[in-house]
Amino acid sequence: MAIYGVAILSLCMFIGIFLGDVLGTFLGVAANVGGVGFAMLLLIVLTDYLMGKDILSKLAESGISFWSAMYIPIVVAMAAQQDVLAAITGGPLAIIAGIVTVLVGFLFVPLISKIGNKTTYKDHAI
Amino acid sequence: MDFGKIILDIFVKNGLVMSFLFIGLVTYLAYLISDKLTNKRIHGSAIAIVFGLMLAYWGGIQTAGHKGLADIKLFTGVGLMGGGMLRDFAIVSTAFGARLEEIKKCGTAGAMSLLLGVILSYIVGVVLAFAFGYTDTVSLTTIGAGSVTFIVGPVTGAALNASSPVIAISIAAGVVKSIVVMIITPIMAKSIGLNNPQSAMVYGGLMGTTSGTAAGLAAVDPKLVPYGAMTATFYTGLGCLLCPSVLFLATKAIFG
Repeated sequence: MAIYGVAILSLCMFIGIFLGDVLGTFLGVAANVGGVGFAMLLLIVLTDYLMGKDILSKLAESGISFWSAMYIPIVVAMAAQQDVLAAITGGPLAIIAGIVTVLVGFLFVPLISKIGNKTTYKDHAI
Repeated sequence: MDFGKIILDIFVKNGLVMSFLFIGLVTYLAYLISDKLTNKRIHGSAIAIVFGLMLAYWGGIQTAGHKGLADIKLFTGVGLMGGGMLRDFAIVSTAFGARLEEIKKCGTAGAMSLLLGVILSYIVGVVLAFAFGYTDTVSLTTIGAGSVTFIVGPVTGAALNASSPVIAISIAAGVVKSIVVMIITPIMAKSIGLNNPQSAMVYGGLMGTTSGTAAGLAAVDPKLVPYGAMTATFYTGLGCLLCPSVLFLATKAIFG
């Protein structure tokens, strides 16, 4: 049943957020450290295991894929509730700082990606 | 009988369902424009996100609130649909189908990009704040932290007792950053080789803003979203860890 997939997804999210909260408290920071990341890893491992054992039905999978397909619309809704007005009226410093940090970040994407890509090329033996 | 009021009441009462209809219409319009006016050169999801931001700006002007369109009574459901709970739920679900081997391949580069991403953003923020006339370490650190993400800014500012306007600027810098990431990513993707899981993870680590990277990647290639989101989710935590401690002390050593 589709709800099984949704329930597995929920379980992964709770365990992940719990781990993130624990890690945050452990490190003494007032934030969830990597909770969503842990949840994602858990979902990958768990669904991989269940599919390997042929336990996860197509319907259960559809419960997860539905939410995955809803992702972009949810992002649109998320964009619609950002404080865009404050960002624009926050003055030139906020705007310039926001733009420059992004541009500097982009400069480094190809540089650091090369570290990961080396292995990729070897694997594909080009 | 006032049909307008009856219909309005139905929409307000069923806010979340109303948001499904509304976002569906916005998305349809965006994909139509992408198809007919740009010949699919600009992805529909990128246009939809820009529409979302424009609506948020409009909502901010209408209500003087901080939650964009969601502050308007008719559209409160948008706040629930795009709020933290469903956003995280949907982000986690995108991991379904991601490949563990791809993630393992990127271990070192991902970690490096995270560290570098936080430190670079911080330095840019501090330098610009200094250029704009801020000289005290607390303000510099807070604005630097805001350039990391709009959560790290106020967390750091609160820890260091920064003034309210400075905290507001730090939040604004972070918000601008996430919006710029959403808009620029699809434009820059090709020139920086953002087309595989590894570079998506590096990109997520360097940009950090989960909402920005996730939306930006969605517009490039939805398959890349889980990889970018995976590293980005560690970014805010790392920023909250480094900014009020190591980076604050380093800034203090330089600016006194």
